[in-house]
Amino acid sequence: MSENVEIIKGASLWRDAWKRLLRNKLAVFGMIVIAVMVVAVIIGPAIISWTTGYTYDSIPTDNDLVKAMAPSLKHLMGTDDAGRDIFARVLQGGRISLMVGIISTTVSLVIGVSYGATAGYLGGRIDNLMMRVVDILYSIPYILIVIVLLSVFGGPSTPEWIKWLSTTLGGAGNQGLSQIFLLFFALGLVSWLTMARVVRGQILSLKNQEFVMAAKATGVSTFGIIFRHLVPNALGPVIVYATLTVPSVMLTEAFLSFLGLGVQAPFASWGSLASDGIKNIAIFPWQLIFPGVTMALTLFSLNFLGDGLRDALDPQTRKF
Amino acid sequence: MLSFIIRRLLIIIPMALIVVSLTWGLIRIAPGNFYSGEKKLPAAVEANIRKKYGLDQPWYAQYGMMMSNIVRGDFGDSLKYQGQSVNEIIARHLPYSATIGILAYLLALLIGLNAGIIAALKQNSSFDYGSMSLAMLGLSVPNFVLGPLFVLVFGFWFYLLPPARWGGISGLILPVITLSAVYAAYIARLTRAGMLEVMRSDYIRTARAKGLDEKTVLRRHALRGGIIPVLSFTGPALAGLLAGTVVVERVFALPGLGNIFIQSVLNRDETLTLGIVAFLSILIMLFNLAVDVSYKFLDPRIRYE
Repeated sequence: MSENVEIIKGASLWRDAWKRLLRNKLAVFGMIVIAVMVVAVIIGPAIISWTTGYTYDSIPTDNDLVKAMAPSLKHLMGTDDAGRDIFARVLQGGRISLMVGIISTTVSLVIGVSYGATAGYLGGRIDNLMMRVVDILYSIPYILIVIVLLSVFGGPSTPEWIKWLSTTLGGAGNQGLSQIFLLFFALGLVSWLTMARVVRGQILSLKNQEFVMAAKATGVSTFGIIFRHLVPNALGPVIVYATLTVPSVMLTEAFLSFLGLGVQAPFASWGSLASDGIKNIAIFPWQLIFPGVTMALTLFSLNFLGDGLRDALDPQTRKF
Repeated sequence: MLSFIIRRLLIIIPMALIVVSLTWGLIRIAPGNFYSGEKKLPAAVEANIRKKYGLDQPWYAQYGMMMSNIVRGDFGDSLKYQGQSVNEIIARHLPYSATIGILAYLLALLIGLNAGIIAALKQNSSFDYGSMSLAMLGLSVPNFVLGPLFVLVFGFWFYLLPPARWGGISGLILPVITLSAVYAAYIARLTRAGMLEVMRSDYIRTARAKGLDEKTVLRRHALRGGIIPVLSFTGPALAGLLAGTVVVERVFALPGLGNIFIQSVLNRDETLTLGIVAFLSILIMLFNLAVDVSYKFLDPRIRYE
């Protein structure tokens, strides 16, 4: 009798969510596009430089070629005013744009989750004070904060660990790149506010449950309760919101680059490429269209993935 | 209700002063200032100018002076545009931004509400999928890409609309559409989600059980609850319109306040920056208050003590 009992494998929250996610066609489409994009920006520049010799900053030595050229078989996306291959620049720019998304979101995640969880758990007057600080920071134009951070920590006063990070992750460890990494952190430092609110709301609804009381009774420290017991339980909404933060910081970086505050030449991001293209929109439209469309496609996919994750991880708030 | 409004109005004052103080602090922390620009002034001239603007005083005296001016509603003269007061500059450039911003938000409401409601009522129809995919596209295309594309197509290929500059209704069409795209997309999504939730709630079932026809249920009962998320979005949306108009003003060469603000930050024109920050933060807080008050009229369950 007992050998006939079928062992039912329990479906964990994550396995269940993963199944629901795979059923969502648009989210799967988003995942595939993002995966292709990530692979393309990682190996793409090397392949282009190996097959054609073009890199993101190679200006042709022949003076006749230093001009904007329309897309052709030689230059799939055409060239910019200096004769640089736009395809190579879009791939290189994708590295920076995707890194903005990842690093800035990580920074905002770390700050937002710690801040929101602390405020939510401690509650009372401290919570009130911490949330008023968030309200006030909301009213200060973030662009001002970014500019101040860039000018205080820019140039010679760039912290050593940012230089280290930019040489480790970016390869070429020159001045220009460490400024871009500074921008990543500046963007993270201004985009944690909504995350803090989301996490606080979650913690408020969790902190009176029995498992927290049990943890308290067994003598777990406040730090332990917040980060080992409460935060892991609030992970679903955090992941969802983080996925939606990625496109929003990428848009912010693009906006700053559009204003001339972001990534500087010869480096490029999708935003800076598009803003370079705007100047020549009437005569060389491909300079805007290719970076713009690449960026829009990526953001489109990220948004769909974020939506799909919300439906998958948070079935209660699922919008039917 | 009245006491709630008065209390909130009173909180706005210290909040705005804190925002201005922090902004002032931020400007001061950044190395360099307006006079450390490209052109080096003779030492005597610079000393005179510094004296005129009170920059020779210690920082707490400057802070006190700045605060007392702002409390009196006088933001002083711009450092960059000499002889023009900050109030004048705001008054001159605000109408352009306000016109585009308000028109864009109205257009976004018109499109977003209609699309959202229809999508919710015909859930899982092709209209639902189509409009929601379009909304996602609207959220994903940066407006500095969308604007120039409009210019390219309607300005340079078909010669239908002027590509830039202020003037006439035809000049407003492209900037307003460009600016409203993101908001229309967001509002459509919020409306759809809100309506779907409300349509399944008990009070709608009650209304139907009473024998009301579907039109009345929708108009008098569902809509009021369903558009509350849209209303909450209005506060942040108006704040976002500030950043949004910068792009549109640049792309279409319009003399709005957003661009003036960015320029003032880049020029280190601190009086102008502070004036605009104070003005806008008070404006945003007032809008948020108006939104909170209007909740009460839409949802009788919300009460303010």
